[in-house]
Amino acid sequence: MDLRPRSHPTYLAFVVHRVSGLLLALFLPVHFWALGSAIRGEAALDGLLRWTENPLAKAAETLLVVLLAAHLAGGLRVLALEFLGWRRRQKDMVAISAGIALLAGLMFLLNVV
Amino acid sequence: MSGARGQVHLWVVQRVTAMLLAAAVVVHLVTIVSAVRGGLTAAEIIGRLQGHEGWLLFYVLFALAAGLHGAIGLRNIAAETIGLRGRSADLAWVAAGLLTAGFGIRAAIGLYA
Amino acid sequence: MAEPASLKVSVWRGAEQGEFARYEVPARANQTVLDVVTHIQREIDPSLAYRFACRVGMCGSCAMTVNGRARWTCRTHVRKVVDADGALELRPLANLPVIRDLAADLTPFFEKWRRARGQFEPKDAPDGAVPADFAVVPPGSKARAEADAGIECIGCGVCYASCDVVAWNPDYLGPAAMNRAWTLVNDVRDGARAGRLEAVAGDAGCHSCHSTQSCTERCPKNLDPSSAIAGLKRALFWDTLLGRR
Repeated sequence: MDLRPRSHPTYLAFVVHRVSGLLLALFLPVHFWALGSAIRGEAALDGLLRWTENPLAKAAETLLVVLLAAHLAGGLRVLALEFLGWRRRQKDMVAISAGIALLAGLMFLLNVV
Repeated sequence: MSGARGQVHLWVVQRVTAMLLAAAVVVHLVTIVSAVRGGLTAAEIIGRLQGHEGWLLFYVLFALAAGLHGAIGLRNIAAETIGLRGRSADLAWVAAGLLTAGFGIRAAIGLYA
Repeated sequence: MAEPASLKVSVWRGAEQGEFARYEVPARANQTVLDVVTHIQREIDPSLAYRFACRVGMCGSCAMTVNGRARWTCRTHVRKVVDADGALELRPLANLPVIRDLAADLTPFFEKWRRARGQFEPKDAPDGAVPADFAVVPPGSKARAEADAGIECIGCGVCYASCDVVAWNPDYLGPAAMNRAWTLVNDVRDGARAGRLEAVAGDAGCHSCHSTQSCTERCPKNLDPSSAIAGLKRALFWDTLLGRR
């Protein structure tokens, strides 16, 4: 893969959107399945929640929050381009999307630790 | 129904679910960040959701939109990376999306009941 | 930037299969990439194949891949693309069959313009007759502004060669053809809106665009095909939702 023609911000935004979307789409069935299986009672759900207390799970959760926020913010930019014709200042909008994603991750980390 | 017409319909579903998800994910992220403050417990989650029709409706729609949106996204990735295209593949992806949504709806009903 | 005394030029020789040949070309002030190619052909190796015509950025013939990026070579100054080491790498345009050396075959590119119904189809004179009077098109109208934004395309193929979706789906119409279609959808004198939107719908058309905006980034005329494709999606979305198609 030649990176020289693929180094502009909107291309990077596409890569982030695609990778985050892929990971979230693969996580979604697992998330639903785990939640659906754990709700057989309060004890089972607490068991699942206790499992997520370990640092590795916390790190993975933070990553998921960042991915979700990045996919949301990047998706809003694409929707604005497609449905409202906002063609100006695309690079600024990419930067704002990235900021929103990192901010969401930070807020999660501040609250969870 | 021509091939192109079905593809347009998949795109329309992808974008309409994107608009729904834009709102739902904001709610989800705010819920996550505020709920993890001081640790998650099963009693807290069940207390928020049990018997609340509003939350049930929200999560059912959320799961449906997320399942379809993710499956159509995976369809596009599969088409562009491994060349998996065609009408039967499209139908299989929609089925996978509905199945995923079904798991989510099962979980939502479980927490409501 | 320090000007190198000579340029070390790697040029693709062959067709789909081939290899880079290396040439040393004297560096000169205000030299364009096309000047470099012409120097190689006239002074070093007359068998080098490449294409150009106007040399002033109007005809769209001379586009090549310059140091990894598709560019019009007649209006690309060497000092804009070369580091102090003077290394220049020239390939034919990507996503197209290679005829020989630096000449790509643009047949699929123009064939897709035809498939996207890129020709004007007058509403008033479907049989080819000359209308009795001039059509009145207010230049400030929204539709005309949209059309004007895209009509300066010179058909150079730079956007097509820069688009990943073309590489991933050989049937994909590509940015230039759909930019052309969008100018015609916004032309109030045109009578083929419905058929044209039909032609650009689906996976081979606008709905596969992921807005990487490589086309917009690379267009030498500073056009915005990415937004034109977004416009086609928007038109098709409302037409589909409101049952107009």
